Amino acid sequence: MKEVKTPLIRLAKRADIDKRKAWAIRIGSILVALILGMIPILMAGENPFVSYMIIIQGSLGKAGYIRQTVKRAIPLLGVALAIAPCFKMRFWNIGAEGQITMGAIFASFIAIKLGPSGLPLVVMAILMCIAGALGGAFWGFVPGFFKARYNTNETLFTLMMNYIAIGIVRYLQGGPWEGRPGTQIIPMFTSNARLPNVLGVYCGWIIVLVMVVIVHIYMNYTKQGFEVAVIGDSENTARYAGMNVGWIMMRTMLFSGAICGVVGWMLVSGANGTLNSDVAGGVGFTAITVAWLSQLNSFAMIAIAMLLAIIGKGSATLQTRLNIPASVADIISGTLLFCMLACEFFINYKLIFRHKKEAEV
Amino acid sequence: MHNAIELKNIVKRFGKVVANDGINLEINYGEILCLLGENGSGKTTLMNMLSGIYQPDEGEILKKGEQISIRSPRDAYSYGIGMIHQHYHLVDVFTAAQNIILGLEKEKMDIAAVNDKVLEICNKYGFDIDPKKKVYDMSVSQKQTIEIVKQLYRGAEILILDEPTAVLTPQETDKLFKVLRNMKKDGKAIILITHKLAEVMDVSDKVAILRKGKYVGTVNTNETNPQGLTDMMVGHAVSLNIDRPVYENPTDKLVVKDLTVIDSDGIARLDHVTFTAKTGEILGVAGIAGSGQKELLESITGLQHVSEGTIQFINPDGKGIELVGKTPIQISKIGVGMGFVPEDRLGMGLVGSMGMTYNMMLRSWKNGKGIFFKKKEPEEQANKVWKNLEVVTPSIDFPVRKMSGGNIQKVLVGREIASRPPVLLTAYAVRGLDINTSYAIYNLLTREKMNGSAVMYVGEELDVLLELCDRILVLCGGKVSGIVDARNTTKEEIGFMMTTVGGLKGGNS
Ligand SMILES: Nc1ncnc2c1ncn2[C@@H]1O[C@H](COP(=O)(O)OP(=O)(O)OP(=O)(O)O)[C@@H](O)[C@H]1O
Ligand SMILES: [Mg+2]
Repeated sequence: MKEVKTPLIRLAKRADIDKRKAWAIRIGSILVALILGMIPILMAGENPFVSYMIIIQGSLGKAGYIRQTVKRAIPLLGVALAIAPCFKMRFWNIGAEGQITMGAIFASFIAIKLGPSGLPLVVMAILMCIAGALGGAFWGFVPGFFKARYNTNETLFTLMMNYIAIGIVRYLQGGPWEGRPGTQIIPMFTSNARLPNVLGVYCGWIIVLVMVVIVHIYMNYTKQGFEVAVIGDSENTARYAGMNVGWIMMRTMLFSGAICGVVGWMLVSGANGTLNSDVAGGVGFTAITVAWLSQLNSFAMIAIAMLLAIIGKGSATLQTRLNIPASVADIISGTLLFCMLACEFFINYKLIFRHKKEAEV
Repeated sequence: MHNAIELKNIVKRFGKVVANDGINLEINYGEILCLLGENGSGKTTLMNMLSGIYQPDEGEILKKGEQISIRSPRDAYSYGIGMIHQHYHLVDVFTAAQNIILGLEKEKMDIAAVNDKVLEICNKYGFDIDPKKKVYDMSVSQKQTIEIVKQLYRGAEILILDEPTAVLTPQETDKLFKVLRNMKKDGKAIILITHKLAEVMDVSDKVAILRKGKYVGTVNTNETNPQGLTDMMVGHAVSLNIDRPVYENPTDKLVVKDLTVIDSDGIARLDHVTFTAKTGEILGVAGIAGSGQKELLESITGLQHVSEGTIQFINPDGKGIELVGKTPIQISKIGVGMGFVPEDRLGMGLVGSMGMTYNMMLRSWKNGKGIFFKKKEPEEQANKVWKNLEVVTPSIDFPVRKMSGGNIQKVLVGREIASRPPVLLTAYAVRGLDINTSYAIYNLLTREKMNGSAVMYVGEELDVLLELCDRILVLCGGKVSGIVDARNTTKEEIGFMMTTVGGLKGGNS
């Protein structure tokens, strides 16, 4: 018989895994991440346990900190909800950044042009929300249209659209909408264009929570959600079932872009009070992680968005309290993301170690 | 002498599903063993354990009397076991030879030597491939040949073929069997999975039978017959006759005139095809694979761009509705009911990641007003199909992709028949189905016919076409070679018409 050389560790696809085990692996991976995250802290010469306490304390320790953490989570959650239908359809929309920015521009237009006329806050909010949705929808529709018509690569297309949107804000900042000449800053909106606070955080958190429910229902119970899911599995089957694949793609991008645009409105109107070129600030990319880690489940997105916000806010505190550079904070959140993505891998695959006895066979 | 391979008491479970439950199997060198069993009886699973894709939960595998453990496809290679799966894993832009050495260690990178060795293997067993040809230029049967040669190149002495004939024409099947006999003479052990009993009788020495994951027994081929095998497989006696009742007063249902389809390369896939399908009739469509069968059915359902010609759907009041130029949605909106069982089940007819309920919904998701879909009806329908067609699945929410091939097909056919469409189009409806299920499908089609549907049956087994259909339309290179009365024709005549337009005496109808 031939000598068999089995490697020490092998991978095998899991036939099936029960839900409880899957969640155990997910929680385990977070623990592993926390342990790995200690390394850079140790290297920076600080006590990792103290550091973790500071992260928790700095993000959740006081009512004020919690508010700031929630404020970080709002756009993450909103945008994750927006891109979920696209990803379900296997349309790789990485242009949320641009769609947020475009929504912010449209909403700011209303704020700047109509704000000084003294319209009541409710009217302003509705107008700005609609404008933001239109802006984002428009920015999402363009790559959707080209994908449906000419089968262009949506990944590149949406990515490029991000830079255009940011460029437009830069132009507005330095030109038509500039406040005091030379500042390159757009002045703060009038108070009727600002979202009020509820429980100390701008009311965007209520809006995104409502959106969680809407997106959940949309994806799971509506005809349109069903169409999206079928296309994600097989475009040919969708055609066979009489679905207009091109139109559904464009429509989904309109929907997704509109939600991003609404987030853009909330950012200028609630979080920042004005428009600047950094309005999206990477949320469009981080939200992809949120959507992916939550397996496109809207309710899971609340938890994941909060978790990422806690790390973000906590690390910022860490940086000011201890002598730990910002880059270390980034490494910690990076490790966490890595471990959580790796854990999805271990849910699908298992490791098989070579047994001594069998190795001798 | 020891057996080439012996399996003892193999058990394999997937969660709650017991796919293999105490299987015993023996195969000798210089022998062809057929593995027979209904859909979902665990044939593929069992073979996957020999090829290292799964590991058994219990039981032993012995090679030449010594216990071995096969824990990866690489292990399987080293034990000389090679499996040809139903889906091929070839790189399109590589040549045949490049695909054959793909994954081998670098020692064999001298491509000229590889080409020579491949040719040598081909000559030895009677394969017919050009090692320098690129895979994208190849037919399905050529791709299959590469997979077989690949295993031989790696020194396989035990070959497993999972339903290789399901995708072959009768001629190609004959060729494959000739090769298999040569390999047998050369002392290889061959395990063949097929649902076609004629093939089992033709090529095998022994037949091992599985039923619902359990081992029933092994018989010598020359001591049994198709009826005996079927009875063992199903567990009780089944009739192998197809009932062909006559429907009174058939009327025209689909009138197709001069239907022409030109593909993007400018080649005529269908060339002035003219025929009529009637109510209460099964119209068979025969032809060598790729003679325009797919384009014909897809033109009728509105999925295919038609260059020329008309397709009239005749309403019960005698008025015709033109279907050419309409999308599938428009066709269903104007009230033309059409059932369509496409050839590519998971790629076109079903959503693999969803369960039966949502797959039933593919036909009805638009029903009802409002933005929400209605799940109750599809759910009831799924339960009905599950029960009536005896689909083997743990629940109606189990992803259909994970079901066995035959059960996937039952879900598809069950759905298409459920709406009682006046026109029912089927492409290779029993491909990959076991005998029992095939007959169940034949009976369902006949029932639809007797309900007054116009049924079109694109098939590959001429015996079945002759027994099941009322008339047979023979396609040859996109042209209608002739339309014959199935009750008064022979296999030979149809076979001849498949290769020569007009056949022996020219088209008659
Ligand atoms: N990966 C899997 N996960 C869960 N169940 C599975 C898996 N693979 C197979 N099964 C189940 O195991 C049983 C046996 O399946 P298998 O594919 O071996 O049948 P088969 O005899 O090859 O059938 P067919 O003739 O239809 O190809 C089926 O009930 C199937 O649903
Ligand atoms: Mg199988």
